[in-house]
Parts: sequence; C-alpha cells; structure tokens
Amino acid sequence: MAGKKRKNDREEALTENKAPKKKKKKNRNRELWIITYVFIACMLAVIGNEIYFVYAKSETAVNNSYNPRQELLASKNIRGQILSADGETLAQTVRGEDGNEERLYPYGSLFSHVVGYSTRGKTGVEYLGNMALLNSNAAFGEKIQNEITSQKNIGDNVITTLNVEVQRAAYEALGVYDGAIIVTEPSTGRIIAMVSKPDFDPNEIADIWDDLVADESSSVLLNRATQGLYPPGSTFKMITALAYYRQNGGDTSGYRYQCNGSFTNNGHRINCYHGSSHGSLDFQKSFEKSCNSSFANIGLSLQLEGLEDTCEDLLFNRKLNLPIVSSQGSYVLGTDAGDYDIMQTVIGQGKTQITPLQLNMITGAIANDGIAMKPYLIDRIENYNGSTVKKYEPEKYATLMTNEEAAFLTGLMEGVVENGTATRLRGLSYTAAGKTGSAEYSENKSDSHAWFTGFAPVENPQVCVTIIVEGAGSGGEYAVPIAKRVFDAYFSR
Amino acid sequence: MAYVISDLSKYVIAVFMAFYTYESFAAFRGRNEEKKEGIYTRQIICMFIVHFVSFAAICLETSDLSYIIFYGFQQILLFATIALFRAIYKDASRLLINNMCMLLSIGFVMLTRLDFDRAQRQFKIVTVSLLLGIAIPYLIKKFRFLEKFTWAYGVVGVFALAIVLILGAVTNGSKISYSLGGYTFQPSEFVKILFVFFVAGMYARSRDFLQVVITTAVAAVHVIVLVLSKDLGSALIFFVVYVAMTFVATRNYFYLILGIIAGCGSGIVAAKIFSHVRVRILAWQDPWSYIDGSGYQITQSLFAIGTGGWFGMGLYQGEPTAIPYVSEDFIFSAVAEELGVFFSICLILVCLSSFIAFIYASMRMKNEYYRLIAAGLAVTYIFQIFLTIGGGTRFIPLTGVTLPFISYGGSSVLSTLIMFCIVQGIYCIRAEEGGRDGRKETEE
Repeated sequence: MAGKKRKNDREEALTENKAPKKKKKKNRNRELWIITYVFIACMLAVIGNEIYFVYAKSETAVNNSYNPRQELLASKNIRGQILSADGETLAQTVRGEDGNEERLYPYGSLFSHVVGYSTRGKTGVEYLGNMALLNSNAAFGEKIQNEITSQKNIGDNVITTLNVEVQRAAYEALGVYDGAIIVTEPSTGRIIAMVSKPDFDPNEIADIWDDLVADESSSVLLNRATQGLYPPGSTFKMITALAYYRQNGGDTSGYRYQCNGSFTNNGHRINCYHGSSHGSLDFQKSFEKSCNSSFANIGLSLQLEGLEDTCEDLLFNRKLNLPIVSSQGSYVLGTDAGDYDIMQTVIGQGKTQITPLQLNMITGAIANDGIAMKPYLIDRIENYNGSTVKKYEPEKYATLMTNEEAAFLTGLMEGVVENGTATRLRGLSYTAAGKTGSAEYSENKSDSHAWFTGFAPVENPQVCVTIIVEGAGSGGEYAVPIAKRVFDAYFSR
Repeated sequence: MAYVISDLSKYVIAVFMAFYTYESFAAFRGRNEEKKEGIYTRQIICMFIVHFVSFAAICLETSDLSYIIFYGFQQILLFATIALFRAIYKDASRLLINNMCMLLSIGFVMLTRLDFDRAQRQFKIVTVSLLLGIAIPYLIKKFRFLEKFTWAYGVVGVFALAIVLILGAVTNGSKISYSLGGYTFQPSEFVKILFVFFVAGMYARSRDFLQVVITTAVAAVHVIVLVLSKDLGSALIFFVVYVAMTFVATRNYFYLILGIIAGCGSGIVAAKIFSHVRVRILAWQDPWSYIDGSGYQITQSLFAIGTGGWFGMGLYQGEPTAIPYVSEDFIFSAVAEELGVFFSICLILVCLSSFIAFIYASMRMKNEYYRLIAAGLAVTYIFQIFLTIGGGTRFIPLTGVTLPFISYGGSSVLSTLIMFCIVQGIYCIRAEEGGRDGRKETEE
C-alpha cells in the first residue's frame, strides 16, 4: 500500500512539476540522439553487409585461385569425390603407397568438360564444388583421431545433377563430330548431361596439357556447351516469331506469304535452305518449314526496337549471372540497320552469336511457362559417410516471356515436329517440340552447323535438349536424330 | 592435438564473447549502478575466459613457454587496470573500463597470433599508455580551465599536421608519420583529440554565425592539410566530427544538410582530382577485376572473412598473413577469419556499446563544453571504426585507418586510450554535477 501511494505521489510530481523540465531535457539532446541513431544505423549496415556477404556471396568469392587458403585446406583434407545423380563416381582421389595423391576420373573423356580437372587450374564441377571438395565435415571424433595419428581428413563429396546414361547417350550420339549437347530439366534447371567435343581424358591432363594449350585451332579445353559462341541459324526464328507476336498483340492469323525459294529486296536476296520453295504459307507454316524467305519478309515488317527488346529479354548482350563459367551472347543489329542486315539477322545469320547454354535456357523457359530456371550442376554436398551437408534448391533465373507467349511458341515448335523440319521426332512414345537450325558460318555456303533445341513431352515438359553439331549440315538431318537418341535415353532411364 | 583444441576453443570463445556482448548492452538498462555490479562481474569473467582460452590455443599451437609468460603479463595488466580504475575513480563508467580491456585483450590475442614481436611491442606501449592514462580522469576533473586554451589546440593541431606534411615519412604514398628517437608517431591520431577540444571550446563560447564561420575555417585548414598529406581516412574523420559537433552545438539542421552536401561534393571533386582516390573507388566497385593490383588487399580480406565463415577457422588454422598490412588495417578480417564472423559481429557490437557509453556521458552533462567534448570523441571513435571495418568488408572504399585498441600501432592505441580516459573524466565531472543537483533536489 505504502509503495503504491509513493508511486502515485511520484507520478503527480512528474505531471505537475517535472514534466516541463523533463521535456526540456529531452529536447536538449535531440541532436545528439539524431547523431547517435545515424551512427548506430551505419554500424548495423556494416554488420548487415558482412552477414549478407558471408551468407550469400562468400561461397563463390572464396573459390578463387588467388585465395591461398585453398592450399591450406588441401594439405589437411583429401579432396572429396564427385558423384553422378545416380551415385556413380565421376572423380575421386586415391592415395598411393608412397602417400602421393592422384585424381582419377573413372569415365575418362565422357565427362571431360563438365566434371573438369583440378590440377591445371580448376574447371567444371571441380571448380564449382572446389571449396566443398576441399572441406571436410567428417565426424568430429574422427577428425580428432586423424589429428592424433596425423592423417588427413576425408573431404566432402559433391553430388551432381548429371546422369551417366543420358550423358553416355549424348556423347555417343554426337559421335565423331565436334559440337555440344546440353540436357536440362526445364522446371528445375538441373543439368542432366553436358557434352562438348573435341574432348580429352582428364586422367592424362598432365601429359597432354602442353599439346592442348599449344593447339589453338581446335580449342579442346573450351566447354562449347557453355562458352562456345555460334550463329543461332534458324533457331533464331523463335525469337523473330516472338518479336512479331508481341508487335501484333498476339495475333499472327493475318499473315500470308507465297514462297518461291528466295526473297529479294532492293537487290538483296535471301535463299531458302537448298533453294526449296515452300509455296503458300501462313505464320505457323513459315515456322514449321523454317522458310527463310518468309522470315526475311516478316523481319522487314518488324520494329527494330521491339526485336532488340525481345533479344534483351532473352538474355542477349549481358553476362549470365551464373556460377558456371559462360560466354555472353551478342545481338548487335541496332535500330538503324540496313534491310540486308535485318533480313540476315532475323533468320539467324548476320552477326548474332549465342551459346548452347543460353539457347537451352530460352527453350527451357518456353517449356516452363516463360520462366527460365537457373541451370545448376551441384545437387548437394555430403560428407563422405553420406550425410547431407548442404542441399541446393532450384532457383528461378528470370521470367523471359509471358505464359501466353510461351504457349504460342510451344505451338509453333510442336508443328515443327509434326509437319516441319523435325519430323524424325514424330510418332514416338513421347511427344516433342523443337526448332532446328542450320547455321552457315563461312563464305563456303555448303558448310553449316546443325542445331536442334527442343523439349519433351509437350504436355508436361520434363527434359529440354539443345544440340549443336559443327559443320555437319542441316539441323533436321544431323541434330534431330541425336535429339531422338537423347530423349530415348532420358525416357528409358 | 593443437588443431582439435583450437577447433573447440573457437566455439567456447564465441559463446563467451556473445555473453559479454549481451552484458555490454544490458548495462544500459536502469540507472542504479549498484544493481549492475553483477553485470560487470560477469563481463570480467567472460573476458577472462575468452582471453584464457585463446591463449591456451596459442600456447598449444606454438609450444613455446614465452607465450605463457606473455599471457601472464597481460593478465596482470588487465586486472590491474580494472582494479585501479575502480579504486581511484568511483564514478567512472565501469562498462567503459571493461570494454576497453576486452578490446585490448582481443588485440593482444590477434597480434600474438600474427606477429609475436609486434605483440610484445604493442604490450609495452599499452602498459606505458595505461600508466599515463590512469591520471587523465583526475586531470580532466581538476583542470577545469582547459577551455581557456581553445585557440592553442587549434594552432598546435594545424602546426603538428603541417610538420608531417613537410617533414614526414612517406608510408604507402601517404605522409602520415614522423620519426622521433626511434619511435614513429602519427600526429593525426593525437590532433584528432585536440581538434575535438578546439571545436568544443569554440562552440561552448558562442554559437553565432561568425563563430561558426571561424570554426569552419580552422577545421577546413585541418582537413586540407590532411588531404595534401594524402591521409584521406583522417581527413574524413576530421570532417565528419566537425559536422556532427557543429550540428549538436548549434542545433541547426541547415548546417547538417550543408555539411552533408559539402561532404558529398568534395568527395566527387576528390575522385576527379586525385588518381589515388579514383583507384580506391574502382577497387571497391569491382575488386575482382583488379585482383592483381589495387583490388588485391580487399579481395584477400574478403577471402579471409569468407573462408573463415560463421565460426572461423580457429587460431593459427587460417592464413590471415596473406592480407597485406593485416595487423594495421585489416586486423578485423583476421579476427573474422580465425575467430569467426559471429565473433567479429560481437566485436562490432562491443565497439558500439562503447560509443553509446560515450554518448551517454555527453547527454548527461549540463556543462556545454564537456558535453561537446564527449560527443565529439564519440563520433571520432565510432566513425573510425566504421571506416576501417566498412572498408575491410567492402561496404565502403578502403581508407586505411586502424581499428582502435585492436590494430597494431602505438599512436593509435595511445590516442584511443586517452579518449576513453577523457570520457571517464567527464563521467566523474558529471557525478559531481549530479551530486550537487541531487542535494538541491532534496532540499526542495
């Protein structure tokens, strides 16, 4: 009771006498409070930035050859294994009797680029998963034991998204040709297979290194799937079609064209492939038959700003924001280009360049309602006993187009398989959609790279394949059969 | 075995550092100092454990008796400091004493790990500094006429900086130090304090427009001399301290805004005129492209922090010496690498707690002169920490200033110690003021 009374008194005193005084005191320090809050905010921002760096950025940042701590870790731990999604060993380190460590790749050249190597710099998964492979999350008790007996700890394993059977099918289907194949899961971005030829045997990297580096013409070490820049050929017609669709508010029904094998404008001439004339075409047919004349005609009706915007939406002219090392696709037509350059560019010739990876992301977005997922190779990190240390979840890369636009392009690409240049994929146990391309890359008109990019099944896309076969010929003849073998391998897994 | 201990020790260190940090903010709750006795005691225990476990890991790793002896000396020094301050200055802020000792002990641990010889030199300097410093609160309390020499502080400050500009030794392209009898001084570290006394003295007399103009002119001379010496970190500190003190003294938002605009403007001009400023900005924007040259330091610092991760690599398990000038400019990154990012965040928070203790002294002072001094020193202290840690974590471009109490450097540690002791003096003055007020209130 007494306490309560005293409290009441105090409150009265506060309201009557001290209140104004107190208020004045508060005012007196207002500027000091402001200064204080400003500096507290600054320091909290520094803390926030540090947390953000460690949480989101440090993993890729520290995986750098300039980081001397890598050697430190390598001296403490035995480099872990790289495994396929189905549990096969793709790379492992074995210790000889003499204590020397050797990195072995049981599948030899089958995974040469995608798994990479770790002794002459680091590439592929050996690079992407480097810090995880160097680290060890072995049980603490075991680490103590190793420390006492001065043994190295066993590093963590990297489990990839790669499938050995699909990789083998792609590798064998490409055969003796140079080129690249990339197989992904459009709804997640998981990379199921990635082939680049010419290849090499990473087991022998030390012996063949000098030759590979000296040989500038064939660039064996380049991973063509992610770094190879090619003219897109007729696969670019997907982009031209999208720009046309956007320009016409989604209505392409009014389009008609009479093809007689070539298209001439102001003395400039565009030929259809092998000069074949396609007759009377609507938009769908123009795409299915991959009619150069019709697309040159379409191209001249396009507003170049719109085409440029569409290309930029489709990841041209910027670095892909991926840990995977990749080249940057380029679209350089500009908005005041001449007619001939436009005609060339809209059919995928001209100066445009694209990587198989970028084309695969675009195709994946078409299959996935317009959303491109981030392509990734590492599914999870496990310690050597198999308990998961870190799991990587699928991430959205960007929305490249709307749902309707994706459906429109899917319809066009389905027609390519049903009635067009990719009929070798028709009538199978699964439905497929895609686009072929034959990219001429030299003045000698008979040489062309064969392209195919597409996905299956159409109604519920599970797999997306992009293929380039260097100097083979037409996409329909050379790339589509490879696609069939890859799809078959995927669905019979 | 040493590895196991240091691997375990980093968790123990992190946990007790977290306890300590918690208590260093708990100490701001309530005003009854007697009730806080428990907090301060727990802080001292945490400090002891962190220090002890760290040195246990160091001694096991090095297996060298001299490290144990060195630890013993440090322990004596730290406890003597706490005990002496407590015995002599009943009204001093015990939180501030504890924080000071905690930061010093972290500095000893890290320097011992990085470079034993430098750690021993640093220890000697700290010992001498503490012997001097313990007298400072008394002097501040006794010499109430300090305000009379306001102009002397300004003149001596400018003069000292100018000597360095003309005669000083060039370190990494900047003229910042001056050698005297084998010892290298960095006058700007001490002029910072004189500068705060000068500005406080000016505004304690008058806050009219003319006074602001005069003060601004003198402050500008300080900043320009520093810019000419290419000591941009210090120039920035002087500038920010001046703007903050002018705002607090005049209570005029116009000056604050003007100061911010002038700061941004001169930043842009500096980037245009000075190539070394441009280089640092470029290295900050994209250090990975300049990893061989101007981006080398910052990328090495980021490697250290990133590789260490949340709980660090453990003492001696990382490679902090790969960072150039690690013990001066990047010691924070070394702490983060080996003791962990979690620990390093606690460290920032302890610094923030010290800043708040400075501000607390300022807010409770009635005397405008001492109020401004405390505020000015608070800003000097925290802004330097912002520059060095922000630079090392790539939040802002690098400026190359030290982390007070933790970095290697005699001038830095001595000047910070003087600042802490001056604020302790102000706590004592405040207690006198408060005591008189208290009597008055009871009489009423």
